[in-house]
Amino acid sequence: MRTSYDVIVVGGGHAGCEAAAAAARKGASVALLTFDRQTVGAMSCNPAIGGLGKGHLVREVDALDGLIGRAADAAAIHYRMLNSSKGAAVQGPRIQADRTRYRAAIHAMLDAQPGLAIVEGEASALILDGEAVAGVALADGGALMAPAIVLATGTFLGGKLFRGDERETGGRVGERAATRLGEQLRAVGLPIARLKTGTPPRLDGRAIDWARLETQPSDGEGWTMSPLTPARILPQLACAITRTNDRTHQIIRDGLGRSPLFSGAIEGRGPRYCPSIEDKVLRFGDRDGHQIFLEPEGLDDPLVYPNGISTSLPTDVQLEMVRSLPGLEQVEIVVPGYAVEYDHVDPRALDATLEVRAVPGLFCAGQINGTTGYEEAAAQGLVAGVNAAARARGDVAMILDRASSYIGVMIDDLVLQGVTEPYRMLTARAEYRLRLRADNAETRLGPVGLAHGIIGAVRAARLTQRAMQRELIEADMARPMSASELARAGASVRQDGARRSLFDWARFPEVDKALLLDLAPALRDAPADLRAEILEDAHYAPYLQRQDAEIAELRRNERVLIPGDFDFRAIGGLSTEMIERLDAARPDTLAAAARIRGITPAALAAILVHVRREAA
Amino acid sequence: MPDRFDDTIYALSSGAPPAGIAVIRVSGPQAGFALEALARRVPTPRTASLALLRDPRDDAPLDRALLLWLPGPATVTGEDMVELHCHGGRAVVAAVEDALSALPGLRRAEAGEFTRRAFAHGRMDLNAVEGLSDLLAAETQGQRRAALLMAEGHFSRRIDGWRAALLDLSAMAEAALDFSDEDDVPDSAIEARIGDGIAALAREVGTMLAAPSAERLRDGVRVVLAGPPNAGKSTLLNALVGREAAIVSDIAGTTRDRIEVPVAIGGMAFLFTDTAGLRGEAGDAIEAIGIDRAHAALAAADIILWLGDAADLPRADAILIAAQCDRAAPDRPGLRLSARTGEGMDALVALLRERSAALLPGEGDYALHRRQREGVAAVRDHLHAAGAQSDLLVAAEELRLARAAIDALTGQAGTEDMLDRLFAGFCIGK
Repeated sequence: MRTSYDVIVVGGGHAGCEAAAAAARKGASVALLTFDRQTVGAMSCNPAIGGLGKGHLVREVDALDGLIGRAADAAAIHYRMLNSSKGAAVQGPRIQADRTRYRAAIHAMLDAQPGLAIVEGEASALILDGEAVAGVALADGGALMAPAIVLATGTFLGGKLFRGDERETGGRVGERAATRLGEQLRAVGLPIARLKTGTPPRLDGRAIDWARLETQPSDGEGWTMSPLTPARILPQLACAITRTNDRTHQIIRDGLGRSPLFSGAIEGRGPRYCPSIEDKVLRFGDRDGHQIFLEPEGLDDPLVYPNGISTSLPTDVQLEMVRSLPGLEQVEIVVPGYAVEYDHVDPRALDATLEVRAVPGLFCAGQINGTTGYEEAAAQGLVAGVNAAARARGDVAMILDRASSYIGVMIDDLVLQGVTEPYRMLTARAEYRLRLRADNAETRLGPVGLAHGIIGAVRAARLTQRAMQRELIEADMARPMSASELARAGASVRQDGARRSLFDWARFPEVDKALLLDLAPALRDAPADLRAEILEDAHYAPYLQRQDAEIAELRRNERVLIPGDFDFRAIGGLSTEMIERLDAARPDTLAAAARIRGITPAALAAILVHVRREAA
Repeated sequence: MPDRFDDTIYALSSGAPPAGIAVIRVSGPQAGFALEALARRVPTPRTASLALLRDPRDDAPLDRALLLWLPGPATVTGEDMVELHCHGGRAVVAAVEDALSALPGLRRAEAGEFTRRAFAHGRMDLNAVEGLSDLLAAETQGQRRAALLMAEGHFSRRIDGWRAALLDLSAMAEAALDFSDEDDVPDSAIEARIGDGIAALAREVGTMLAAPSAERLRDGVRVVLAGPPNAGKSTLLNALVGREAAIVSDIAGTTRDRIEVPVAIGGMAFLFTDTAGLRGEAGDAIEAIGIDRAHAALAAADIILWLGDAADLPRADAILIAAQCDRAAPDRPGLRLSARTGEGMDALVALLRERSAALLPGEGDYALHRRQREGVAAVRDHLHAAGAQSDLLVAAEELRLARAAIDALTGQAGTEDMLDRLFAGFCIGK
């Protein structure tokens, strides 16, 4: 068996799979190390991919030729565009996936990827060469060697499951925890903290009275997660909606004494945006009910995921609770819900390439960095994989900034601010939201992916063609037209004597789309998605221009580099709190320092002076 | 942000006018361009020379000033610098600053910005690190103290209240954008609540802007004397300020430019402005400019003393003066006044004090400095823009900019603060 690679990826979840595939696309030889080959690509929580903020991440990973978008399409049994009535910048594509087919799609893509091997085994420890990583020791006594390692161990680091009084060690039900590795990371001096998350019970859908429930059908638009998927593949199923009621809430209140969340057994902090049903009932006691989405787990799988009742109550209380829901009176629980507490690395120990600053060659991606969600994990996996390969092969690192992508926003948030709860993407986190749309991910990131050599031939051809079409459209729409010319063409615009480019006119409500298409033949002839993207650009152009100034300032401050060994303590006058935050996050540019909470303009000026003086 | 070095900044760096001279400093890459635009030439570096400054927009003369051209980096800020040593009248300084502000790439310096640039370019010799941090702290603390002195803490409290209200509005908007699929976030109802909240906050912010400003306290209530030529404006000015501030003659059009005189009367600061007589056709180009400036002064006046015809009152609240009553018809309307005999002067002073009391901030009231006003105005403008938007996405962007404007006034509130509100207020999470 081969034991030496460019990159080893530990863990086969969403982060690990993207990391391994991205590193291999970049030309590295990659070993994907997992406990069990069968669990690679498993969806361990809800069977949905995408959503608000998360759909953006999926499209961005896809634009960098990642797996998640295409696998989602291969498994999608329900499509829904969230916020479809609002601006494209906050529209979130989401799908319900058939678990089995999703995993199969991931396996097929990994198998087809040259340079990538899936290796079964347990990583028991890192092999270090001085400070840097050199390989991974295996539990069976063997070893894999590589100059770059991506840890994507999810909740398996020090994972502990809670359900009522039951306790179990492991990251998912029935699987082992990577406890020894966790101990070693602490020993290396990495800052480790604990978080918790939870899942609802899985139900047998055959006992659900679907006819009584409100349903939500797959939307009819025909869009797909990845532009490389020309059309929807699988038959579409509907989700159903039920609600908790007073009886449900009473059952939960009566059971609270037996919930580990409230007995103090769980120390880790859970996510505010995905509270357990216990939390919801306690904190929002005045609400008369909470919506529960019943999500089918597959086309030929009777399992149903009741989204909205994550819980760690004892199994008997869980059963009583779900049977109090309308339509679920006869339902059976197949796997009860549980809470899981796990170790994560304080991501402020990482730099923007997701490499651990103190351990050269060691990268971390996914839940180990304190995030939650498949999409967040996949995005980090891709970045860590590309950068691990770049490190192993001596290429330039890929760093995405806040103005470029949600991926950039997330990584910047993680490495500068750290986390206090599992980090989930929200569009509210992106200050340049108007330009970071799910519908323009290819335009934003395609060129970046090409420059870093991680785009396959099929997508590269598509990107090139699209760039050419875009150029033609831009030329067409740059044509200046006066208000009177436009009026003659049939648009009742105000006769203010102004000459504007067709692109500028496009945002005027009086200029209708049919007329635009007449005036700009290249726009008319473009594919519908590109046309929609450019019209959306035009619609928000004034706001985008205003943001340009902000972004120019950001980039200027990003050119002021703070050396890695810079001593913040040597600057008098910074508060202890500021020094602690700066030391934990080690911002590498002035712009990054400015974004750390609590850093004042005066402190920045002081940092700037010292940096300049040291450089002089 | 201290590192916006692409902009060229300017500021009055000598004491508050009026003074003998006023030194206006310009620093940054466009400094040489600014000098050329105003003086039509760039003199020999580091050598003082005299030139007539003109407004590049209309060629109007601004002042005859001493120029210094100081190319960087051996300057106090480390950048190209210009010093304009002008005459120290308020009008002169205001006019030169106004002309500079109209040049592309130039803007008024923020507080402490020259110092920050000097730090940044290593031009400030600050051996002791403590010295640096003390100075930095003093810069902001000084500002803060000044604000507190005016506001006795009210301003900060008001701003904190606005920030809380803004965070709530943003949280609602973001909830509607990021969690529209949650049933705890009712779509149409929430947009109506956001709209009402924006309107209420915009009203409150607008009220503060309508309040008197700190400049009134410091610089005085602006009283403008205006009227047709030879109406006795300059005589009245001299009587009010008790010295020969303005040249008085019988020749119509003697006062060609604005004359500004600060005076304290009864513990209140006034800034009297004598203006060129208003008449349809000016004698020459300079008088024409003077008349334009008289109109500008009228527009900015707090109180107008009108020495003309009752029918020509420039503003409904202008005080009509029947001047030169010792020589005029006894039935002329208005406050009968003779600067020569002193008749009516006590009544006028009493009236000025009464009017001013309403214009100045009262006991326990607080007033905004220009920088604060600009910040508050930005908050209001973004709120108006947000309120006028039907696209929630753009409204949320305007709210974000309003938050940034508030942050610039007091300090940071990040996205996390907004998310705290969001998650505290809505039951989110399926």
